[in-house]
Amino acid sequence: MLTAIWVWLTAPEQWSGTRGIPNRVLEHLGYSALALAIAAAIAIPLGLWVGHSGRAQWIVTATNAARAVPSLGLLFAVAMLVGPRISSDLAYVIPSLVVLVLLAIPPLVSGAYAGVRAVDPAVRDAAYGMGMRPREVLRQVEVPCALPLVLSGARAATLQVIATATIAAAVSLGGLGRYLIDGLAVRDYAQMAGGAVVVALLALVVDIGWGLLTRYAVSPGLSGRAAKPARGKHPAGEDVGRHDAPATSSAVLPTGSEPR
Amino acid sequence: MTWVWEHLGDIGGYAVSHALLAGIPLLVGLLIALPLGWLARRYPPVASVIVGGSSLLYTIPSLALFILMPLVLGSRILDAINVYVAMTIYTVALLVRTVADALGAVPESTRQAATAMGYRGFGRLVAVDLPLAVPVLAAGLRVAAVSNVSIVSVASLIGYPQLGYYLTDGYQRSFPLEIGVGIVGCLLLALLFDGAIRVGEWALTPWARAGR
Repeated sequence: MLTAIWVWLTAPEQWSGTRGIPNRVLEHLGYSALALAIAAAIAIPLGLWVGHSGRAQWIVTATNAARAVPSLGLLFAVAMLVGPRISSDLAYVIPSLVVLVLLAIPPLVSGAYAGVRAVDPAVRDAAYGMGMRPREVLRQVEVPCALPLVLSGARAATLQVIATATIAAAVSLGGLGRYLIDGLAVRDYAQMAGGAVVVALLALVVDIGWGLLTRYAVSPGLSGRAAKPARGKHPAGEDVGRHDAPATSSAVLPTGSEPR
Repeated sequence: MTWVWEHLGDIGGYAVSHALLAGIPLLVGLLIALPLGWLARRYPPVASVIVGGSSLLYTIPSLALFILMPLVLGSRILDAINVYVAMTIYTVALLVRTVADALGAVPESTRQAATAMGYRGFGRLVAVDLPLAVPVLAAGLRVAAVSNVSIVSVASLIGYPQLGYYLTDGYQRSFPLEIGVGIVGCLLLALLFDGAIRVGEWALTPWARAGR
């Protein structure tokens, strides 16, 4: 079995042309990045605004509840209802993109919202006390402080999108999911498993990339490298004052987002 | 709507297998995550390995994990054990961090008071730390339950029967009502799990409603 997969993975036809792995990886990354960019342009300002103003919090509740919709169902429903209305080659791409955007929105909104909400009120008060305007407080204080949670929302959204883009091969989207779905159709397990290995590796690499980005993008004065919050990295005595910190962050962190 | 009534028996059957495919891994995953989370909390050097490793497992897309399971388990491709094990992996990946955080959220003063009263080691863990960790654990379990119900439906792409069958079959037959049945079924099941966990939390935390 393993040799069959290895043979499939190393066959020259897998490494060139539109059906080759390099092209499928690029397709997969392209669709995912496009969907994430569109979703981020909608969701992050929305989440920041709700968190900053404290108004319309039902938006956050509603987007979180929407996560319970199975992504496969959303994919098939949108593909069936939207697909036939588009009369170009894009009929296969647009429904999938719509679904990827919809699925990326909840983790992004809740990350941005939770990030702003988690800003220490004393820090916010100090900023107002220094004479900053609400807009300046948002831009110069709340957004930088919220960055870790905004980025962890983006990381969760990325995982979700990469996983769903794989499934979207079932509604004819390109990308690495093709190997899984096409291999299944012709009962070629080597192709399915080879594709699965590649897509798993892609997800791992992208996730590790997000981890590194988060590490270097977040101000060192915040949780970053200067003082890492809890998780036992510091002496036990220091734990006393912070025992509630990790729990709060896990309650708001979107890492547990509904995947795939 | 008559289609729904005619197929009510099938829908019920698929709902039960969906609930089992999502629910059993939830319980098994919790049982595995409890000691792992405790280890991560107790021995900080291994924490990053355990928590980091489990979150890496969580990154593997579900369809890929279902397909790769036979390689790891040596099982047949259409064996339901593949789905059970894959779902357990996802549950553990989600819950290990929750367990570590939940145990960390127990107030240090409470822990010291328990120690002073003579609780030690495992006894204190079971009698004091775990009950106090229930609210955070329940929050994590609810996330994992909703996530499991959704992921299980993906298994219908490779032919494991559960509510996801109505999604793939409805798409192939261009039958929106059938897809609707699949989606609503999954939503109701997720609500059911959510409610059950809330009830469990309510029953396990009598102090939270005392003195109100």
